[in-house]
Amino acid sequence: MSWDLGISGLGRRVIGGVGRLGRATLFLARLAPALGVALARARLIVQQLYMTGVLTLVIVLVSGAFVGMILALQGYNTLVRYDAQSSLGLLVALSLTRELGPVLTALLFAGRAGSALTAEIGLMKATEQLDGMEMMAVDPLPRVVAPRFWAGWIAVPLLAMIFSAVGILGAYVVAVGDLGLDGGVFWSQMQSGVSVTNDIMGGLVKSVVFGFVVSWIAVFEGYDAKPTSEGVSRATTRTVVSSSLAILALDFIMTAFMLRGL
Amino acid sequence: MERPKSTDPLVTVRDLVFARDGRPIFRDLNLTVARGSVTAIMGGSGTGKTTLLNLMGGRLTPDRGSVEVAGETVGSLPRKALFGLRRRMGMLFQSGALLTDLDVFENVAFPMREHTRLPESLIHHLVLMKLELVGLRGARHLFPAELSGGMARRVALARAIALDPMMVMYDEPFAGLDPISMGVIVKLIRELNDALGMTSIVVTHDVVEACGIADYIYLLGDGRVIAQGTAVDMQKTDAPEVRQFMAGLPDGPVAFHYPAPEYLDDLMARERP
Amino acid sequence: MQAKGMEFTVGLFVVAGLLALAMLALKVGNIQVLNAGETYAVTADFNDIGSLKPKAPVTVAGVRIGRVARITVDPVTYRAIVTLDILKKYRFPRDSSASIQTAGLLGEQFVSLSPGGSRRDLKNGGKIRITQSAIILEKIISQLLYSKAGHASGHN
Repeated sequence: MSWDLGISGLGRRVIGGVGRLGRATLFLARLAPALGVALARARLIVQQLYMTGVLTLVIVLVSGAFVGMILALQGYNTLVRYDAQSSLGLLVALSLTRELGPVLTALLFAGRAGSALTAEIGLMKATEQLDGMEMMAVDPLPRVVAPRFWAGWIAVPLLAMIFSAVGILGAYVVAVGDLGLDGGVFWSQMQSGVSVTNDIMGGLVKSVVFGFVVSWIAVFEGYDAKPTSEGVSRATTRTVVSSSLAILALDFIMTAFMLRGL
Repeated sequence: MERPKSTDPLVTVRDLVFARDGRPIFRDLNLTVARGSVTAIMGGSGTGKTTLLNLMGGRLTPDRGSVEVAGETVGSLPRKALFGLRRRMGMLFQSGALLTDLDVFENVAFPMREHTRLPESLIHHLVLMKLELVGLRGARHLFPAELSGGMARRVALARAIALDPMMVMYDEPFAGLDPISMGVIVKLIRELNDALGMTSIVVTHDVVEACGIADYIYLLGDGRVIAQGTAVDMQKTDAPEVRQFMAGLPDGPVAFHYPAPEYLDDLMARERP
Repeated sequence: MQAKGMEFTVGLFVVAGLLALAMLALKVGNIQVLNAGETYAVTADFNDIGSLKPKAPVTVAGVRIGRVARITVDPVTYRAIVTLDILKKYRFPRDSSASIQTAGLLGEQFVSLSPGGSRRDLKNGGKIRITQSAIILEKIISQLLYSKAGHASGHN
C-alpha cells in the first residue's frame, strides 16, 4: 500500500521534472530573439552587470583567496610526503583553473546572484510589474529578462578568472610566506605544467557554460514562479538547488570530455 | 446630473463568453463605452470585473463574442498590432505596479523612454507636467517603497497618462485608500478625463465613488449586465439585485450563504464525506 | 553622475576579469615561449621516450629554449622520432646530444640538450645523433631484481 504510493510519487516527480525541463527549454526558445534585441541596449546590461557581477565580486575575492590558501596548506601536507613540494604551485594552479575556479564561482554565483535574480523577477511578477509593462506595450522579455541573462552569462566567466587568479595569489602568499617555499620554484613549476589551451581555456569554457546555465535557470524560475510570496520563495530555493546540481553534473560531463582530449 | 453623452462608442463588447478553469465568468456580456465618458463597471467580488479589463487590454482572449477597442477586435490582433493599440491605452493596476528599481521620475518616464526617442530635456518637462497633474512633482526622487498606497496610485496614474492615451482603465482605484486619498483619486479621474479628452473605464465595487464620477454605470452579475444607466437611474431602480448592491444589503438575491446542505443535516452528519 | 559611477565600476570589474585571465595565461600558463619568436625544427631518435609528451619543454642548462612539437615512430627501426622546435636565436653544434630527463622523481619529462664542439650548427630539419633515452624507473628496478636473482641462483 505505502510502497506503491512511494513509486507513484516518484513517477509524479519524474514527470514534473521532465515537464519543467520542457518548459525551461521553451522559455529559452522564446528568450533567444529577445537576447538579440537586448544587445542593442547595452546600458541595461551594464546596469545588471553592476547588480549581479560587482556585488558577487566581494564573496568571490574572499572565497578565492581562502580556497587558494587552503589548497596550499593541504597540498603541501600531501606533497611533502613524496618530497614533491616544489610542485605545489602546479597543483594549486591546476586545481583552480581546471576545477575549483569555474565550479566554486558558479556555485557562489548561483547562491548569491542567481537566487536574487529569481526573487527579483518573481517579485516583479507577483507585484504586477511585468503585467504593467505588458499593458504599457513593453515586452518584459527583452526589457527585464534578457539583460539579466546576459549579465549573468558575462559575469560568471569573469568572476571565475578572478577567483582562480586570487586563489593562486593566496596560495603563493601561504606557500612562500608561511611554508617557506621558494617563490621562483612556485611559479616556474606552475608555468611548465599549466597549459594555456587545455587548462586555462578549458576552465574558461566551463565557466562560460556554467554562466549560461545558471542564468538560464535563474531567470526561468523567476519568470515561471507562482506570483505569490510563497511561490517566489520556492522558486528561489529551486534556483539554488537546480543550478548547483546542473553545475556539478555538467562539470563531470565536461571534465570527462576534456581529459580524453577534445 | 445628466451629462452630454457621445453616441460614438470607443469600446464595444459583443456577446462575450469567457470561462476560466472551466468556470464560466461571462455568459453573454454586451456593453459599450462611449468616447469621452467615465464609465463605471460595478459588481461584487468575483463577477469578473478585472477579467473584463484584461480582455479589453488583450491579455486574455474571449471564448466567443468579441471585444472591440477603437474599431479593432482586440482578441484577434497580432502581437505587434496589439502592442500598438496598448500604447494608446493606459491601465492603472490595483497595486500600482510601479517598477520598484526606478524612482518616481523614472517610472513616469519609462513609457516615454521605451516608446519614443524624445530628447532628455523634453522628457524631463513632460514627466514634470504629468507629475504636476497628480500633485506629486515634489516626490519625483522617491522610490516606490517610500510611497503610501494613495501616492503610489497617483504615480501610476501619471505613468498611465504619460503617452496621452485615448483611454485609461482603472482596476479598483478606490480599494484600500483612506478617505482623503480616495477623494483625490476620484477628483483626478474626473478631471484628467475631461482635461485630456480621454475615455475612462473604472472597475470598482465602491458605490458612492462610482456614482459620484461615472457618466454611465454597468452592474455585472451572473456573467452578464444586470443593470445599466446613469447614477440617478441606478439609484431609482427597484430591481432587487440592483437595490441590494447599491444599498449594500447583506442578504437578498445574492445569498449570504454559500450553497450548502441544510444546516441541521450538516450538524447531524457524523462522518465527513 | 550616478550612472557614471556605475559604468565606471562595471568597467573596472570587466578589466579585473580580463587582467585575471591575462595573468593566468602569462604568469601561470606557459604561453610565453611558444610565440616569443620563430623556431627551427630538429629531430632526435630515441629508443624509449618514457612518458614524454608533445609541448614538453626543451632546455639547455636548465633554461627553456623550445618545446617538443611531434612524436612519431620510425616504421623501420621502431625508434621514436621526436621533433623539437627550438628558438632561432639559439644555435647548436651538429654534435650536440639530447637526453630525456625527469623533473624530480615523479615530475614531468622534458628534453635536455647538451652542446657539442663542432664548428657547424644544426639546421632546420637536422638531426641530433647522440641521444639518451628516458630512464624508466620500473626497468631499473626490475633489472636490479633480476640481477639479484641471477646472483642468488649463480651461488646455488
